[in-house]
Amino acid sequence: MALDRWIALAFVALCCVYGYAAFFTMDDQLPRILQRNPVWPSTFPKMLTFLGLVVGLIVLFTPKPNAEGKPAKDGAIDLTRLGDYHIGQAIGLLVLMVAYALTLRPLGFLGSTVGFLVLGAALLGERRFHILIPVALIATGSIWYLVQEVLGIFLRPWPGIFM
Amino acid sequence: MLEGILIGLTAALTPFNLMMVIMGCVVGTFIGMLPGLGPMSIIAIMIPVAIGIGDPTAALILLSGVYYGAIFGGSTSSILLNAPGVAGTVATSFDGYPMARKGQAGKALTIAAISSFAGGTIGAILLMIFAPALSTVALLFHSAEYFALMVVGLSAIAAFAGTGQVAKALMMTLLGLMLGTVGEGALSNTPRFTFGMMELQTGFSFITLAMAMFALPEALFLVMNPARAATGESGKITGLRITGAEARKIAPVIGRQSVQGFFIGVLPGAGATIASFLGYAVERNIAKGAEQEEFGKGSIKGLAAPETANNAACTGSFVPLLTLGIPGSGTTAILLGALLALNVTPGPRLMTDTPEVFWAVIISMYLGNLVLLILNLPLIPYIAKILTIPRTFLIPFILFFTLMGSYLGQNNSTELLILVGFGVVATILRFADFPLAPLLIGFILGTMLENNFARAMQLYGGFDFILERPMTMALLVVALILVVLPSYRGYRARKRAEGVADGD
Repeated sequence: MALDRWIALAFVALCCVYGYAAFFTMDDQLPRILQRNPVWPSTFPKMLTFLGLVVGLIVLFTPKPNAEGKPAKDGAIDLTRLGDYHIGQAIGLLVLMVAYALTLRPLGFLGSTVGFLVLGAALLGERRFHILIPVALIATGSIWYLVQEVLGIFLRPWPGIFM
Repeated sequence: MLEGILIGLTAALTPFNLMMVIMGCVVGTFIGMLPGLGPMSIIAIMIPVAIGIGDPTAALILLSGVYYGAIFGGSTSSILLNAPGVAGTVATSFDGYPMARKGQAGKALTIAAISSFAGGTIGAILLMIFAPALSTVALLFHSAEYFALMVVGLSAIAAFAGTGQVAKALMMTLLGLMLGTVGEGALSNTPRFTFGMMELQTGFSFITLAMAMFALPEALFLVMNPARAATGESGKITGLRITGAEARKIAPVIGRQSVQGFFIGVLPGAGATIASFLGYAVERNIAKGAEQEEFGKGSIKGLAAPETANNAACTGSFVPLLTLGIPGSGTTAILLGALLALNVTPGPRLMTDTPEVFWAVIISMYLGNLVLLILNLPLIPYIAKILTIPRTFLIPFILFFTLMGSYLGQNNSTELLILVGFGVVATILRFADFPLAPLLIGFILGTMLENNFARAMQLYGGFDFILERPMTMALLVVALILVVLPSYRGYRARKRAEGVADGD
């Protein structure tokens, strides 16, 4: 089955879960006085469930137009040749982003950001660390100064233990 | 009116007020370039400065300059990094970013600057002429009409779908609408679909979703396919000028979208976002065959339309603020707060009681747009050079700005995990050629749509508002046509292709 059909199937399943919550669990929590209203918190989600199921099923069962002979889209990735692409690097960056989210508070903004920028660039093949590390330090420091000192949005610079 | 213009010129052309215009535009542009910091947050940050000035005219001139500057700066990050930090500049990235990818970043920024200037200036002229009359028209729009207008905005998603892809686009719109229902619901504070998680109580953040839909998949695609990163991004930035033929091509778009964007901006609650999406959709729908195919791939018309419309709508949003005292958007609500803090009460009496404030703001809009053009045009080659940074440096920085944009909006690390999760889903959706813009449009308009729907239902005790309000009915019919027409076109194109294949 083509990827778009799998996605349509997942969407139909999502609509079922969403609809179950809208039709069966949400209204139970509604205070009795609100039940006299013509519109309930679940009204709009119920409409969306119905429309979602109709459209999801249309995408699922509509015959796919023949793509043969059509020019490849600019920059599109050919799913049949996934092995030729740098999937590992992309996954590595995603893991690094998750690590950044988890270390932002414990390590502080400066440490986690410099680490993210240096490791991210190293993961992509950058080996000129004598340029990379100063650039990462200057960029991180400038952005911290702009955000915290100029704009007044709190960003803890150092690890929690030093604050 | 002439007397008013003279009052405005006298007030706006003082050296101090001119300095305020320039300062506002510069601050707005630079901070607006940071994904995640939109005009609302920038104006909120600048309010203490404005109140500190003490003079309401100078304060409003400064804040208006910041507003325009931020919208302009937001377009720059949309075009260069595909990271729209403001809802009003999402549509700019549809064609602006593909142009930058083709090595036409300079030209894209020039078109954006010229379109913004024209949209803002024509909007200011319309504001001067129509402000008092339009305020009464805007009051005719009730929740039922707003609901119908939002439906028209959503049905315009057909414009973002390729031939035969309307169902896919509709599916994405519905997904966006569903995501918009997460959190506390319309007219009641009942939490919905939060699974007991406190972080979901306020719903998903627009910035997180915008970054996840556009910036993150783009960066991941650049990583996966390095050949793609190489195209058009290396070497000298050339082609900043637009040719006469290109100017002639975008001139009618600018003219149409200045007027359309302004009138949409006048409606309280509609604003720059709907104006830019509708502007894009209308231009795509009325474009001729080959030009229509260009939309989404780097069409100059597709870039000029939302850029003109969002700036014209920003100007339009001052109509209800200045003449009725009703803020038409979050940004103008903050401006209203600033005015009240400065002892100026906007409303029907503003023009008579403090004409210098009213007219000075209008004149400063011309000046602000001019300042943006003069300041930014020479800077374009330098701004566009961002794309010549080696990908090993550029991609981690794009990802970092994506993360920061999301983090600054909520100040919450969980938001970053949500961003990564949505980013992965968006990348898979892009693999399967699902359009992502409709998802974001559905999410942005979903809350407004539901609020107006709920209000209309309560007022009329059910669905009667559709039948009882002719304007609502007319707008809903327009929405239906917008969905059915592209589907029918797609069906006919498929049949024709089958006919050719069968040798008919």
